[in-house]
Amino acid sequence: MNLVRSHILVCTGTGCSSSNSLKIIEAFEEELKLQQMDQEAKVVKTGCFGLCAMGPIVMIYPEGACYTKVTPEDVREIVSEHIVKGRIVQRLLHMESDEGGTATSLADTTFYKHQLRIALRNCGVINPEDIDEYIGVDGYAALGRILTEKIPPQKVIDDIKASGLRGRGGAGFSTGLKWQFTHDATSPDGIKYVACNADEGDPGAFMDRSVLEGDPHSVLEAMTIAGYAVGAHQGYIYVRAEYPIAVKRLEIAIGQARDYGLLGKDIFGSGFDFDIELRLGAGAFVCGEETALMTSIEGHRGEPRPRPPFPANKGLFQRPTLLNNVETYANITWILNHGPDKYAAIGTEKSKGTKVFALGGKITNTGLVEVPMGTTLRTIIEDIGGGCPNGKKFKAAQTGGPSGGCIPAELIDTPIDYESLTAIGSMMGSGGLIVMDEDNCMVDIAKFFLEFCVDESCGKCVPCRIGTKRLYDLLTKITNGDGTLEDLDTIEELCYHLKNSALCALGQSAPNPVLSTLKYFRDEYVAHVVDKRCPAGVCKNLLHYTIDPAKCKGCTLCTRNCPVGAITGAVRAPHVIDQNKCIKCGVCMDNCRFDAITKG
Amino acid sequence: MPNCKTVVPYHGTPEQEARLREVIEAHKGQPGATMPVLQAAQEIFGYLPEEVQVMVAEGLDIPLSEVYGVASFYAQFSMNPKGKYQISVCLGTACYVKGAAAILSAVEEHLNIKPGSITPDGKFSLDACRCVGACGLAPVMMVGSDVYGRLTPDQVPGILDKYE
Repeated sequence: MNLVRSHILVCTGTGCSSSNSLKIIEAFEEELKLQQMDQEAKVVKTGCFGLCAMGPIVMIYPEGACYTKVTPEDVREIVSEHIVKGRIVQRLLHMESDEGGTATSLADTTFYKHQLRIALRNCGVINPEDIDEYIGVDGYAALGRILTEKIPPQKVIDDIKASGLRGRGGAGFSTGLKWQFTHDATSPDGIKYVACNADEGDPGAFMDRSVLEGDPHSVLEAMTIAGYAVGAHQGYIYVRAEYPIAVKRLEIAIGQARDYGLLGKDIFGSGFDFDIELRLGAGAFVCGEETALMTSIEGHRGEPRPRPPFPANKGLFQRPTLLNNVETYANITWILNHGPDKYAAIGTEKSKGTKVFALGGKITNTGLVEVPMGTTLRTIIEDIGGGCPNGKKFKAAQTGGPSGGCIPAELIDTPIDYESLTAIGSMMGSGGLIVMDEDNCMVDIAKFFLEFCVDESCGKCVPCRIGTKRLYDLLTKITNGDGTLEDLDTIEELCYHLKNSALCALGQSAPNPVLSTLKYFRDEYVAHVVDKRCPAGVCKNLLHYTIDPAKCKGCTLCTRNCPVGAITGAVRAPHVIDQNKCIKCGVCMDNCRFDAITKG
Repeated sequence: MPNCKTVVPYHGTPEQEARLREVIEAHKGQPGATMPVLQAAQEIFGYLPEEVQVMVAEGLDIPLSEVYGVASFYAQFSMNPKGKYQISVCLGTACYVKGAAAILSAVEEHLNIKPGSITPDGKFSLDACRCVGACGLAPVMMVGSDVYGRLTPDQVPGILDKYE
């Protein structure tokens, strides 16, 4: 391997790839050759740095300079200034949103200061398509030690138990116990399976994808260790087909691991065999549920089945199966390399370690953040996320996707862990964290999530198939302005029935967004029902545009722009909107130069 | 499940059918082969018309009802052909709170089609999809493999008109 003076790290995660980072890489390679620096500097394709809002991101080491929103046109300047002359290009450095100061290295930014990266430790650090780079950061060391020193499987399981790690897919079941149950289960023919849930279906959550794109070997290594611990020789990764980059990197990683003898027969000469196969999901949210996922791997419609029997006893192809989520696996080798005590020292009493959140919605720094359990929502939203953009007021945060709930602004100091989120009517879920500001209507948001559940309900059980649809109809009635106060009671009753009678977690948790918004934003529901008004100005049927006669100068601009001729009035006299004709498109308001038009 | 049966006549070529038979042969007898075979079939033909489902069922020796059950269950499988350019408007949460609904209406209005259908000339097909994972760029639309982020509805006609 050639030693080079500079390393140019370019993010090739989905976010940055979508904003042209592949062209930037080409430009760098071309420009380095042109300026004869290709022996001095090396371009490395990495996984996600986390600060997706500022993408595409380029980091240059050894200086650690972090350039954001780079375009292919900037590349020439970066090479001639930074690489050739050693002068950092100030204008492209990451700007801190608050005081406008630049931070030379990513670690100095407020975005990173509060973070602790364990599951994401290698994302944005190594080239995910090169197994040597993973080995260079202690990759496959844990597996090697366990197999060559013949550490008993029970000891491995005890370590995972002692770390306090809980499933990162949402429910938060103890990972160590899951391993123990699968280890203890007996299989009629001795066959057991290890599976990885990479069917990240929550809209707005993309941490699993980032791990697979940025550090696929950490998942392969952890699955192999899990196979050794529970006595399985075959693993399956069920990954969404919508994640083409993740699928490609997994295929490359599996191929490289096989070439190195780290997957396949007789790993590390220990006599232990283990191999992994990919199975592509085909776009069904319910397949994130464990029993549905296994039915889908078996090649059927991805419908869940009642538990027990639990997968640990009767899972894939009727054999004992260990199923963990991507992020859970990403923690395993860190725990085994650093010791369970060190992991257990992070976090709260019952929730150990860190959690990755996908920050999205109305927030300045959209992206991936990893924080110790117990970090408050305020730290995540205000310090790391930089608050709502355009000076808008933070209204609520939604965690847990369609199964979670909305956390109102007054609970912003809630520490984030499994128990406290459940206590306030939300849930950890897989870690999507969508921020909403004053312009978002909470009834509309609840309706959005229900529409998702109606679409994704597999139809096997009646409560979910019909209940979600009925709930959706009731919410539509309210946002159309036809709701009554009795409807609110009916909604609540229906929610409890659904929670108590649906077959799987999809149906049981579908009411959460409705119940939590009803609990914390009841006044908004009442405004829709009683006053026939949408306070946030989202629900079209309830909107009214009005012209303030005191402010209107009669310039006729709105009249000319109105697509349906709803506005009338003489020149230089106040105009009026005919509410019967108005289609609430808002063009008049956008065009008015005197702020005379209001909506409400 | 709308549009379960297509009105477009089947146009499979012998080459495509031969490729499908190869895939079936390679997967035959393996547990859980239905999905990978259907995924390959969709890649070969672009969609899954009844004729292809029959070939898969006979080839794998499983009931046609089961093949149809799987094909109609998953959003990825389509029984209608796709347009030359496939448009997906992301309706994930992050895009939704940033106004993806208005983007979708702008596309519907411009092409005069609804999600799940195709323009009469076969040029564009439109789908509303769940989270493509580019939440940092919300709201997002994909045309083929081109990604357009931080969109406003008035940009939509200009973008679509670029495609010939």
